Amino acid sequence: MNTPARLLIDETETSRVPILAFRNLGKRFVKPLDLAARIASRLGAGYREEVVHAVDDVSLSIHEGEVVGLVGESGCGKSTLGRMVAGILEPSSGELYYRDKAISKMNPGERREWALDVQMIFQDPYASLNPRLRVRDIVGEAPRVHGMVKARELTDYVAEMLRRVGLDPGFMRRYPHQFSGGQRQRIGIARALAVKPRFLVCDEAVAALDVSIQAQVLNLFMRLREELGLTYLFISHDLGVVEHLSDRVVIMYLGRIVEVARTEALFDSPNHPYTRALLAEVPRIDARRRRFAALKGEIPSPLNPPPGCHFHPRCPHAMDRCREAAPPLREIAPGRWSACFLNDEPGNSHV
Amino acid sequence: MSEPLLVVDDLQTHFHTRQGVSRAVDGVSFSVDKGQILGLVGESGSGKSVTGFSILGLVDPPGRVVGGEIRFRGENLLALPPERMRKLRGSRIAMIFQDPMMTLNPVLRIDTQMMEAVLAHESMSRRAARDRCREALARVGIPAPEERLKAYPHQFSGGMRQRVAIAIAFLHKPDLIIADEPTTALDVTIQAQILAEAQELCRDSGTAMIWITHDLAVVAGLADRLCVMYAGKIVESGDIDAVLDHPRHPYTGGLIDSVPSRNRRGRALAQIPGMTPSLLNLPEGCSFRPRCERASEHCFQLPELSEKAPDHRARCFHPLTTRATAKAPA
Repeated sequence: MNTPARLLIDETETSRVPILAFRNLGKRFVKPLDLAARIASRLGAGYREEVVHAVDDVSLSIHEGEVVGLVGESGCGKSTLGRMVAGILEPSSGELYYRDKAISKMNPGERREWALDVQMIFQDPYASLNPRLRVRDIVGEAPRVHGMVKARELTDYVAEMLRRVGLDPGFMRRYPHQFSGGQRQRIGIARALAVKPRFLVCDEAVAALDVSIQAQVLNLFMRLREELGLTYLFISHDLGVVEHLSDRVVIMYLGRIVEVARTEALFDSPNHPYTRALLAEVPRIDARRRRFAALKGEIPSPLNPPPGCHFHPRCPHAMDRCREAAPPLREIAPGRWSACFLNDEPGNSHV
Repeated sequence: MSEPLLVVDDLQTHFHTRQGVSRAVDGVSFSVDKGQILGLVGESGSGKSVTGFSILGLVDPPGRVVGGEIRFRGENLLALPPERMRKLRGSRIAMIFQDPMMTLNPVLRIDTQMMEAVLAHESMSRRAARDRCREALARVGIPAPEERLKAYPHQFSGGMRQRVAIAIAFLHKPDLIIADEPTTALDVTIQAQILAEAQELCRDSGTAMIWITHDLAVVAGLADRLCVMYAGKIVESGDIDAVLDHPRHPYTGGLIDSVPSRNRRGRALAQIPGMTPSLLNLPEGCSFRPRCERASEHCFQLPELSEKAPDHRARCFHPLTTRATAKAPA
């Protein structure tokens, strides 16, 4: 029914080729047995390798110029997914497509183009910059290595990149420790922009910043999108940030996508019970002296996820069916996908 | 009216470093009534945590409380002998920290740690103390409290650990709890659970609370009153609705506007230019002056925290009058 890369896109946009897509993408982390456990299990102790399905069979298409927000709580696999998209982690299963071409079938030239076109911005501006390099080398290294600028033009090029992210080019000879958190995050953005990417994966890129600095960096992201026509996969646990920035929102829970929708639709009428719980519990500045009514239970360990729908132990609407089988992600309205059996129940049209 | 539970008057906590004197808390005054929840909001380095530590007498060298008064139930805490302070701390005033992994001892079982806290302030049999601990765990919503008492901190998740910390803080039904960013490290659904527990416990036991945070949205739902700190000083204080709906200080206004919220989707967020100044090198006069668009020559002098409306004070010569930005629809 779907060509591989055309899964999960808006009806209105079927004519366009997505810039990036993935189908049935999965990532397993396996902790192999150590020597003692191997010997013990050979003697019948029954030790098993520990396997975490960090990302479990997810599919999505992202269009050129779109901002997709990826939301989930810790351990839901959102960072792992982002890292696979950026080419930092190898998927264990499934396929990633860049401009309708499978990564695994690319020739070295195409792979290099993909690797340069998709760049990542990290959460921690303290850990992601090499403390022993000057800003000029942090930002200038990649374009120089890839032959994008000549050595004698490098200084001008780096200066242009720094100006673009709102930093004084005079800081070029400084080291990362001489900057504040917000400025470091700008250096990280300049480094990503230096190789002229088309697609940015931002992993909690503003989470470590103070509120007033966070607004500055969010504005920078929006300005860059307009100036350079960038596409973003914006990973965050902060629904306010995602709502502000994204065109479309993807909600993940324990390695699976549970809902995909346009931002307005998702925030106006969340479909999946998890999304609804999440939205209900976001603190809002205009909600005063509220009574916090909490969703029961903890996020289960990804080492040992509950069977069926991963959310059923915390779900107020769980049925027998939910304990047995995982609900597939189905299109419940044009451009609107949700993985919940409630949508099959007659008379339960809460969309 | 009788005196409030806690009165902090012109508190000064300075850090004497090699680079100079850093005035982390510089003339902070506020009060908390019985059963009231006060939100203390500020960005990193604004002195909000040091204010909390000063109240409990937990400021480490090179920091020192150099001036002011902290009156708790009529007693000046700064003049109390250490022995007396230790009796108060944990029983009448308790603290909840940001990272429960740092406050729980990793090599002791939960029951050992909790019973130690009970027996430090009250003499009772170990069995009675243990029962008390089990009830406390059950009250903060920890399932199977009897078994969990025998667990070690690493066997708990982040949210559960924070609940244990809250249970310990509430063990003696204190009059005041100081909570320093207790939900910052937690996920949204877990944060809501913790806020619900804290809110309910305060309501049931009449405990007052100072909730220190950088997140305006969290205190908006929780607090009765709000104090906003900037560079060691309170720049605005008042009733939560008054401060959030009609901020008077340009910094508070800027903070509120820079919170992403749905009615401004896709448009540029209002931003405060520049960054928080270093405490070692504060600008002359109003410390917010270099970042403030309303600043004038006058602002080279330090403004007083003065009443701009009934029960609503701000430290500014040019306070905001009407709410200039769009307010989110209810």
